[in-house]
Amino acid sequence: MSKTVTREISIGDVGTRGSEASEKADSDRMALNVGPSHPTTHGVLRLIMELNGDVIEKCEPVIGYLHRGDEKIAENMTYNQFVPYTDRLDYLAPLANNVAYALTVEKLAGVEVPERCQAIRVLVCELARISSHLLGMGVFGMDAGAWTPFMYTFTEREKLYTLFEELTGARFTTSYTRIGGVARDIPDGWLDRVKTFCENLPKATDEVEKLLTRNRIFLDRTEGIGEISKEDALAYGLTGPNLRASGVDLDLRKDKPYSGYEKYDFDVPIGTRGDCYDRYLIRIEEVRQSLRIIDQVISDFPSGLWYAEDARKIFAPPKEKIMTSMEELIQNFMIVTEGPQVPPGEVYFEAENPKGALGFYLVSKGGGVPYRLKIRAPSFCNLSILEKFVPGHMLADITVILGSLDFVMGECDR
Amino acid sequence: MIDDEFTKALLEKKGFLSRRDSLDCLTVDCPADRLVDMTLALRDEDGFDLLVDLTAIDHGEDAEVRFSVVLHFYSLVHRGYLRIHVLCSDNEKPSVPSVSDVYPAANWHERETYDMFGIEFTGHPDLRRILMWDEYPYFPLRKDFPLAGIDTPLPAADVVEVTKASVEPAPMMGGPFVSSGDNVMSESEPRARDESWTEESEKPS
Repeated sequence: MSKTVTREISIGDVGTRGSEASEKADSDRMALNVGPSHPTTHGVLRLIMELNGDVIEKCEPVIGYLHRGDEKIAENMTYNQFVPYTDRLDYLAPLANNVAYALTVEKLAGVEVPERCQAIRVLVCELARISSHLLGMGVFGMDAGAWTPFMYTFTEREKLYTLFEELTGARFTTSYTRIGGVARDIPDGWLDRVKTFCENLPKATDEVEKLLTRNRIFLDRTEGIGEISKEDALAYGLTGPNLRASGVDLDLRKDKPYSGYEKYDFDVPIGTRGDCYDRYLIRIEEVRQSLRIIDQVISDFPSGLWYAEDARKIFAPPKEKIMTSMEELIQNFMIVTEGPQVPPGEVYFEAENPKGALGFYLVSKGGGVPYRLKIRAPSFCNLSILEKFVPGHMLADITVILGSLDFVMGECDR
Repeated sequence: MIDDEFTKALLEKKGFLSRRDSLDCLTVDCPADRLVDMTLALRDEDGFDLLVDLTAIDHGEDAEVRFSVVLHFYSLVHRGYLRIHVLCSDNEKPSVPSVSDVYPAANWHERETYDMFGIEFTGHPDLRRILMWDEYPYFPLRKDFPLAGIDTPLPAADVVEVTKASVEPAPMMGGPFVSSGDNVMSESEPRARDESWTEESEKPS
C-alpha cells in the first residue's frame, strides 16, 4: 500500500461571510457575464452568473469556444498522424498527453515497449507534471493577488522548456512519442542537465512556499473557499489533484500502474478539506514527489532500445533502413499507402496527467485509421462541478476557485 | 480486483446483462430500459464510485443498430474499469435513459453526446448543446457528416449583418491524407478525402 501524506490545516471563520452578506443585500440582484475572454478564466471559458449583491446565486459555465473537432479529425488519419493533435489537448503538459495516447494505441495493438522507452516516458511525464504544476501554482498565486511567486515558478518552467527543446526539438508542442516508442533517443548529457535542474528546483518551490503557504492574505483568500466534499468530487467525476484534495486516495500511477510506475517509490498527497488551499498544497507536494521519481529514474536509467522492434513492423520502420534495405522499403510503402494494420477491438486507457485522468477510448474496426476515438478530458469533468459548488461564494472568490481548479480549455473543448 | 468470480456474481445477479469479448476490462451489454437500475446498483452495491466516461459510437448508416452508448466506470475498491454498451433501438430517433440523476458527472457527458450524435437522453434535466452553439443544425460526429464541415449560418445576427460571414467548410486539399485501404494498391494511395475543390477553385454545388 502507498504511504500517504496528510496535512492538517486549521479552519478560519471565513465560511460564514457569504451568508451574512446575502442577508444584507437582498434587492441587489444582477446578472453578470464573465468571459469568454477574461483574464481570470485561464482560457476561453464563459460564466453566466446571477448575483445577489456580491454573492453568487447561480453560475452556469458555457464551454465550447475552443472546440476543434479533434475526435472527428482522429477518425480521418492514421494512428501516428494524430500524435501532434494530442499536444494541443492539455497544452501545458503535451508530453504527458503524447505518452497517454501512445500507451492507448499500444494497448490495442498489443505492443510492449522496452525498459529504456518506459523510463524515458516516465521521466518526461513527471517533467511535464512539474511544468504544469509550476504554472498552475504561480498563476493561482496571481489569482489570489500575489505576483511574486509566479516569477519564481515561471523562471523554472522556462528552464524546463529549454530541456524539452533539446529533447524533442520544440518547446511547446513536443509530439515526442510514436506508437511503440519515442521519436528519438535522449541526447548526450541531457540526463545530467535534468539532474541539475532537479537539484535547483527545490530552492524555487521553497521560495514559493515561503511566500504563499503561511501568508495571511493568501490563507484568508483560499482557506475554506471552494470546498468540495469527497462525495461530490466522486459524483462529478473529478480526477487528479482536485479529487485528491477532497480526500480521495486515487492516483492511477499507484492504482493502475502503467509504463513501469510500479518500480518507483513515491507518496500520494491527500487533502483533508477539499478547499482551494488544499488543492494548492497537493500540487506543491506533487512537484516534490515528481522530483523523487525523476531521481530514481535517472539513477537507474536502463540501456537498450528506445522503441519496440515489433511496433516498427506495424507503424514505421527505422528511416535509415528504409533507404538501404529492400524489405523495410516495402514495409514503409505498405504502411504509408494502407496505414498500419491494427486489429479490431476496443480499449480504454487512462493516464494520471497533471490535470487529472486523461482517458482515450479507442474503437478499431481494423485497418489504418481509428473508427472512433473519444478523448476523456479531465478539465471537462473538473469544470462540470462549478455549477454545483460555486453558488454561495462571493464574486471575488471566483478567481481563486478557477485558479485552484487548474483547468485547460484546449483539453476541455477538444 | 475485477476477476472471474466478480464477473460471474455480477452476471448472475443481473440476468439481463450479457458479456462481450474485450481486450481490456469487463464489458457488458445492458438493455436501455434497465440502465438506470443497473447504474444505481453499481454505485450503491458494487462500489463503482466514478463514472469516468460516457460517449457513443456511430456504426454507420447501414448498420442494423446504428448508435450505441458506451459508459465507463471505475471502482476504487476493485481498482478496475467496467464498460457498459447500450444499444439504441431506434436508428432515426435514438434515445437512451439519462443516468445524470445517479451520477451527476453524466450531465455534461450526455450533453456532449447529444451535441455530437443527436442521441436523446430521456429524463436529462437540461439537454442542450454544449460544445457547438445552440442553433447548430447538425450532429458532427455522425459518420455521414463530412470532415470538411457544412456551410452554416453564424448564430450572431449582428455580426452577420456587418461581416456577411458564415461558417464555411474547409477545403480538404491540404489533407489529412488517408488511404481507402480496401482497393488495389495503385488506387489506394493516400489522398485527401474531398479533392473536388480548393482555395482557388470554387466548390461545385
